[in-house]
Amino acid sequence: MLKIWSMKQQQQKDANAEGAGPKKKKVTAAQLRVQKDLAELEGTLGRTMKTSFPNPDDILNFTLTIEPDEGMYKGGSFHFNFAINQNFPHDPPKVKCTQKIYHPNIDLEGNVCLNILREDWKPVLNLNAVIVGLQFLFLEPNASDPLNKEAAEDLRSNREGFKRNVRTSMSGGAVKHENYERVIGK
Amino acid sequence: MVKIPACSKTMRQNIDKLPRTYLDNLLSKPGPASDPDWVPGPETISALESSKVLGAGGLGCEILKNLALSGFKDIHVIDMDTIDVSNLNRQFLFREADVGKSKAEVAAAFVEKRVKGVKITPYNGKIQDKDEDYYMQFKMVICGLDSIEARRWINATLVDMVDMEDPESLKPLIDGGTEGFKGQARVILPTMNSCIECQLDMHAPRAAVPLCTLATIPRQPSHCIEWAHIIAWEEHRKDEVLDTDDPEHITWLYQKALARAQDFNIPGVTYSLTQGVVKNIIPAIASTNAIIAAACCNEAFKIATSCNPFLQNYMMYSGDEGVYTYTFDTERKEDCPVCGNLARNLTVNPNMTLQDLIDSLGERAEAQLKKPTLRSEERSLYSQFPQSLREQTAPNLSKKLSELVVDGEEIGVSDPAFTIAFKYKLIFVS
Ligand SMILES: [Zn+2]
Repeated sequence: MLKIWSMKQQQQKDANAEGAGPKKKKVTAAQLRVQKDLAELEGTLGRTMKTSFPNPDDILNFTLTIEPDEGMYKGGSFHFNFAINQNFPHDPPKVKCTQKIYHPNIDLEGNVCLNILREDWKPVLNLNAVIVGLQFLFLEPNASDPLNKEAAEDLRSNREGFKRNVRTSMSGGAVKHENYERVIGK
Repeated sequence: MVKIPACSKTMRQNIDKLPRTYLDNLLSKPGPASDPDWVPGPETISALESSKVLGAGGLGCEILKNLALSGFKDIHVIDMDTIDVSNLNRQFLFREADVGKSKAEVAAAFVEKRVKGVKITPYNGKIQDKDEDYYMQFKMVICGLDSIEARRWINATLVDMVDMEDPESLKPLIDGGTEGFKGQARVILPTMNSCIECQLDMHAPRAAVPLCTLATIPRQPSHCIEWAHIIAWEEHRKDEVLDTDDPEHITWLYQKALARAQDFNIPGVTYSLTQGVVKNIIPAIASTNAIIAAACCNEAFKIATSCNPFLQNYMMYSGDEGVYTYTFDTERKEDCPVCGNLARNLTVNPNMTLQDLIDSLGERAEAQLKKPTLRSEERSLYSQFPQSLREQTAPNLSKKLSELVVDGEEIGVSDPAFTIAFKYKLIFVS
C-alpha cells in the first residue's frame, strides 16, 4: 500500500490539488456527457429542428421537434421525447414520438425503429447521431424495418397512395380506420 | 466415491491453522518476484490483518470466503439482495432456511462462524446508500457488481475521494465481473491508472434485437417476452411503472408473451424465462465466478501485503473456446469525464455574479474557456446551446453565485474547444 502512495506522489506533477473542501453532490459523468453532446448539436439543429426543456435544470429529459422542409412529411411538426438515464452513454437514450403518426418505422404508441437506438448503440455514438437518424426517418421512411406493418406494406406496394395517406394522417384524418393526430405546423 | 470421515476436534484445529501457516511463510521471506524494498515479517502480516476491506456485489460469497481465507480479518460486505431459491445452486453460503433473508447478513454470519478470528460487518443495502466518509474507512474495495451503473458509481466515488494531502484517501478498486464462461478482473488505482469510465467502451452493450423484429417477425420465445415488455406494457399499462420484482407484473407479461408466442407458433415461453429476460439475468456459471473472484482476492492480498507485484491492470478470461486469458495494461483516457480532469478548488467571492465567474474562467491558464457551459449536479447554470436552454439559463448570469450554488459545491464546465470537461469546487471566500 505504501508503495502505491509513493508512486502516486511521484506521478503527481501539477500541484492543482489543494486541500479538500466540504464534499457536495457531484456533477455526474452522464450529465457532463449530455452537456457536451448538446453543445455539439449546434451544426445540426438549424432551421428544421429544435429542442425544448420542460425543466432546464434537467438536461437528461427534453423534447426534440423535427419540422422537415422536404420529403413526404414536409410541413409537419413532430415531437420526440428524449429520456436519458445515469448510465448514458453505456445505455442509449430512450426516444419516443409523442404523437400518433402514420409512419412505417414508428408505431402507434410512438416507439421508433432506429438501429442506433437499440441493437447498434455504442457509447461512442452521441445525441447528434440519434437526431440525424430521426431526421432521416422522415426523409426516407423505409419499408424494410416495419413497426407499423400496414404503413410499411402501403409504402412498398403503392408509393403514391402512401404519400396521400401520409398527407391525410398529417392533417388529422383517418387512414385504414385509424385516426391520426394533426401535426401540420403553423 | 471416497467417504471422508467427520473431523475430530484436533483435526479441526489443524485445519484452522493450515492456511495461515502457509500464508505466514509467504509473508515472512522474500520470493523471486517480490519487490527489493519489501520488508517481510510480522509487520507485513499485521498490515494484512488490520486492513479493513469492503466486498460488494454478486460475486459476494466467493469474495467473502477468499478474503477470509487469505488472512483478512476485518471485512465489510454490502449486498442489497435477499436470498432467492434460485441462488441456492451456486451461492454456497446460503441454505434453504435462509430464503428471504439478507444475503449480506447470512453470508457474514456463515463465514464468521467458519473462519476463526475474522470479523465481518454486513450492510443490507445499495453501495449508493453510503457516502465518502463510509468508503474512507477501508484500505481497498473489492467488487463483483452486476451492473455497469453500480461500477461507474463506485469508480467515480473513489476517484473523487483522492486527496493529494492524504495517502489514505487512495483506495484501490479491484473489480471482477463474469458473463457465462467469460470474465474479467482489473485493478484500478483511482487517478493513477485507467479507471472504469476510461474502459467504458470495453463493456459489450446488452445484445438487443431490432424493435421491428419484435413487432413483426418474432422468432424466439425471448422475442415474445421482449415484445410484451417493451410494446404491450406501454400499450396497456403505460401509466404504471413496471416493477420487475412484482409477481403480478411478471405474470401479466408472461401471459401476453405466451399468447403472442402461440400466435406465431413459438414454443418455450415460461414464467421463469419471462422473469429472466425482463430482469436481464445473465446466467452465472459457478466456476467462472470462482475463477474471477479468486483472481480479485489474490490481487487484494498482494496489494495489502506488497508481497508480490499486482495485476497491471486488466485480465480477461475466456472459457468459451478452450481457455484463453490475456493480461494487458489499459490506458487512461485523457478525456475521461471521471479521472481525466479532477476537480480543482476555485476560491470565489459568493457575491460575484455568474457572468463574473465565466469571465474569470476565460482568463484561467488551464482553460481559457471562450464559450463555457456550466452546471452543478442540480442546476443548469448557463448553457450556450441549444438556444432554448440558453434563453432559459441566461437570467442566471446576473445572479450572485451564492444564489446558485452552495459553498464547496462542484460544477462541471464544458467548452466546444475542449473534448474534456473541467470540474471546479467553488470555495466561498468573502
Ligand atoms: Zn478514467
